[in-house]
Amino acid sequence: MTEKYSRQILFAPIGEAGQKRLARSRVVIIGAGALGTFQASQLARAGVGALRIVDRDFVEESNLQRQMLFDESDAAQNLPKAVAAERKLRAINSDIRSEGVVADFEPRNAEELVRGFDVILDGTDNFEARYLLNDAAVKLGIPWVYGAAVGSYAATMTVRPGETACLACVFPVPPVGLGDTCDTVGVIAPAVAWAAAEQVTETLKLLLGRVEVLHGEFLSADIWGNKFQRVRPRRDPACRVCGAREFRYLDGESSFSGSLCGRNAVQLRQADSRALDLRELGMRLERFGPVRGNEFLLRFELAPYELTVFSDGRAIIKGTDDPAVARGLYAKYVGS
Amino acid sequence: MTIQLNGREQEVPEGLTLAELVAWLKLPADRVAVERNLDIVPRARWAQTSIEEHDRLEVVHFVGGGRPTESLRR
Repeated sequence: MTEKYSRQILFAPIGEAGQKRLARSRVVIIGAGALGTFQASQLARAGVGALRIVDRDFVEESNLQRQMLFDESDAAQNLPKAVAAERKLRAINSDIRSEGVVADFEPRNAEELVRGFDVILDGTDNFEARYLLNDAAVKLGIPWVYGAAVGSYAATMTVRPGETACLACVFPVPPVGLGDTCDTVGVIAPAVAWAAAEQVTETLKLLLGRVEVLHGEFLSADIWGNKFQRVRPRRDPACRVCGAREFRYLDGESSFSGSLCGRNAVQLRQADSRALDLRELGMRLERFGPVRGNEFLLRFELAPYELTVFSDGRAIIKGTDDPAVARGLYAKYVGS
Repeated sequence: MTIQLNGREQEVPEGLTLAELVAWLKLPADRVAVERNLDIVPRARWAQTSIEEHDRLEVVHFVGGGRPTESLRR
């Protein structure tokens, strides 16, 4: 084993054998935001053999305060987060296979994105995605680790399908009213790092088969207010998901559009993703306004709006939170 | 009467169920999990669970990454 992992191998619970096991392990991370980039960085450095990181968004300057795989040049280039993350992970550790996937995690691709992985890590930023993730993980029998942070508050819980409580055992239905009124009060990076550190540690334990040292609790911390809480979830035999195996979110229709959390923006998704010729589109749009872009996306400014179009036809329309307005702009300038 | 809420003493009215206590504390019912005397209380049993003097309650918040709940602001 290389010098690269020497300090980690010295840590008795890992050792040489554990390091080899990590090298044969596969982890998929849903979301390349603050949680996902922290998780990915740590797992890449730890020598986990294969990492996949999935994200639908692109890097912006406001991400840099907490999304540790990205830098100013990624934001200046408007790189998709999955692309920028993959590049950084490859630079961090060339021993492992790192793969960034530019995609929305949604019912039609959820199982395909996580199948074959040993652990799924939650790096999402909304409740709906976590219920979808819980469905996919329970259905396929893959452990997953919930984590979230807002303000200075962070929370995490580990789910082993069939063994522990799943998300729906504890919270049978997602909280309502948050997704569409998401004016954020911000978040500090160490709160995210706290949740992500717990998630990564639990992942290492899972990969090494050390289930007896998993914490087995729903942990929360307000690291600014110095409050630490824990409860021990119990499996609910009547649970809709892990009891009745009813996968409502996985079976759900993916929505064509939805507003993006607190950003005065709408995301549009096509029912069938198709390849767009971004170069051709860019030439067509240049007469209407400034067009910038790279090989992954095209950005078109049409004050007060800004259209970002991805090569799979997906688009993020800034300057409105009305899906009808967004759809109208898309139909007019990109095509229906 | 006095209970222990997240490790601190808290005065609460007598005779409340857990569901009533959550409402009285103005906690967001759809996004908290509550452990009473080291035993998590499933949401379906909140309305039948009586709160007794000296009960020890632990409350954790399910957060999504959006805005925090009212109780976190206090």
